[in-house]
Amino acid sequence: MAGATGKSFVGRFGVHAAVLAFVIVWTIPTLGILVSSLRDKDQIIASGWWSSFSSSTQTEAGRLPGAAAQVEKDGKFVLEGNIFGDGPAREISAFGVKSANPTQYGAGTVADLGDGVTLQVNADGSFVMTSPKAFEGDRGQRLYYASSAPPKFTTDNYQTVLFSEGIGRSFMNSLTVTIPATVIPILIAAFAAYALAWMRFPGRALLIAVIIGLLVVPLQMSLIPLLKLYNGVGVFFGVPVKTYLGIWLAHTGFGLPFAIYLLRSYIAGLPRELMESARIDGASDFEIFVKIVLPLSFPVLASFAIFQFLWVWNDLLVAMVFLGTEADQIVLTAKLNALLGSRGGDWEILTTSAFVTIIVPLIVFFSLQRYFVRGLLAGSVKGG
Amino acid sequence: MAAQIFSAIFAIVVGVGGCVAYFWGANTLLDLTFPARGVKGASAIDNLRRQSMIRPWLFVGPAVIILGVYLAYPVVETLRLSFLDKSGIHFVGLANYQWAFGDREFRNSILNNLLWLAVVPAACTFLGLVIAVLTDRIWWGTIAKSLIFLPLAISFVGASVIWKFIYEYRGEGQTQIGILNALIQGLGGQPQVWISLPFWNNFFLMVILIWIQTGFAMVILSSALRGIPEETLEAAVIDGANPFEIFWKIMIPQIWGTIAVVWTTITILVLKVFDIVLTMTNGQWNSQVLANLMFDWMFRGGGDFGRGATIAIIIMVAVLPIMIYNIRQANKEMGGH
Repeated sequence: MAGATGKSFVGRFGVHAAVLAFVIVWTIPTLGILVSSLRDKDQIIASGWWSSFSSSTQTEAGRLPGAAAQVEKDGKFVLEGNIFGDGPAREISAFGVKSANPTQYGAGTVADLGDGVTLQVNADGSFVMTSPKAFEGDRGQRLYYASSAPPKFTTDNYQTVLFSEGIGRSFMNSLTVTIPATVIPILIAAFAAYALAWMRFPGRALLIAVIIGLLVVPLQMSLIPLLKLYNGVGVFFGVPVKTYLGIWLAHTGFGLPFAIYLLRSYIAGLPRELMESARIDGASDFEIFVKIVLPLSFPVLASFAIFQFLWVWNDLLVAMVFLGTEADQIVLTAKLNALLGSRGGDWEILTTSAFVTIIVPLIVFFSLQRYFVRGLLAGSVKGG
Repeated sequence: MAAQIFSAIFAIVVGVGGCVAYFWGANTLLDLTFPARGVKGASAIDNLRRQSMIRPWLFVGPAVIILGVYLAYPVVETLRLSFLDKSGIHFVGLANYQWAFGDREFRNSILNNLLWLAVVPAACTFLGLVIAVLTDRIWWGTIAKSLIFLPLAISFVGASVIWKFIYEYRGEGQTQIGILNALIQGLGGQPQVWISLPFWNNFFLMVILIWIQTGFAMVILSSALRGIPEETLEAAVIDGANPFEIFWKIMIPQIWGTIAVVWTTITILVLKVFDIVLTMTNGQWNSQVLANLMFDWMFRGGGDFGRGATIAIIIMVAVLPIMIYNIRQANKEMGGH
């Protein structure tokens, strides 16, 4: 492979550049929401997230203090202070008094506002306003200024979404759905896979064919009958229709064909001698399965567990049909979808919530990538 | 919340414990009912035979029941419902199918689905293949692959938020905070409301799925490329083939089977695409697809199960050829086994 192409400098450089371009295009979208989730609400609206690493310039409006704050000096009435008060200091580049021209005067210049009134605003936010006549009224002079803020990141958004937007609760709900929905199918599938791989019984080939057929049946086929079935069971027994148990079983059902398929092809590949020598020693199928097959199948069980975990965690459709939308049941994906409707333009909420929903899959994915890839290869190279 | 954590742990213990108890209990019961050890002669052989007749069904039993209830029965029931009216009681013949093919929204969905089918599998496979070939020859290829693979772990809803932020539009003269419009404006173009441009918005939604699935194609194809014997490639180099000839005439034919698998896998996924459309446009601006339309009819106006089932059947029909092919392949493999 190494010698196949790209011997020339240009060729090799081209390969690096092309891969770099792909990597950039593929990572920028995720980076965008990560960076935005760490920015202040006002900053997100004021500038693109890509400029958040440099100082951002924004135009703001404020009001100088009213007449009560004035002092008389040398026959003139003077108002002094700092427009940022005790807040964080930013650098002012220009200011103005008309909304039509908010950056009329450069910072530090003395602006003549007419009738002998002057106003000077310095870069650090301090200002001096003088007038030959006494200032009147409680409302001071309107002031516009362009200020630049140094890059600033905050985790406030995370606090907001986790504790007041209900994302924290949804996170728990997602875990409640995902963990049992991952563990239950593994056991059921493992036994079935062993039987289909190593036990002889009538109907075995048919069963395998059915499972391979069910592998590609669209989820959409199951939704309406199951919804009717659940409604019927709910009415008949007088139990709630939307329950965690209901969704665990649904995810188990939808995950089983792939689980059995993946596990069967692995278990069928285990050496025959192993089973036969155990059988000669008098071990029953149950013992062979528990003592030999299960420990040996750990890699494929891990692969499936990761798949099922990611699939259940990321699922929206099944959750929307089989779970309620109240705080005690809504999962992260459904919550995020609801927020897209109710908090449409509030990007600080959306980006942060989105990042919370993807962080668990990303951690699982990065820490267990090896198993994930192995499962992906085993699951798709043969079947579909 | 504490109660929920407790009930979740309780559920795990009960669920897993129940499974273990069933398998262990059923096996022990079988061993006790037909004892094979400690019994002599013909009855031991008889019992052993009975055991080996019953035990497989103990193993596959739970799986068969769950598959039956959650997948096999629904397929039949959905087919039946597609011939019934919205309440699921009165037989209406082919009326739902007639409605579907006369409905403007349905036809729009079919066209959009065809568009998705034409673009997404091809784009993913092509990009995945290109990236697999390129990353194979640089030292930081593994890192690059990981990063391109990463979106596969992200949910469609999460990805939709990510891309909605990219497509974000703000009025002219305002600072664009969506990177696409910022780029367009920076180059002197007009910012657009990308997801509400009829026809073209389909492509902006497809980009999301391509972004997610290219990593999948890349990983599978990359491993297939590694499987090409070194000697084949070396021989081609010695014969003076240039890199493009090697790619088209040697690599592609060698991994043709894998390409087909990747293609069909993504095709099935595309037929089921739902979350992206729901969260990005909910089918507005002519971007509807079958899966989302089906979900819509499940609940629209109190729910029309007849029409919903009809749409599901149409998705199923599209998958059917792949299903039949897979079963045939599997049978062939097992025949040789």
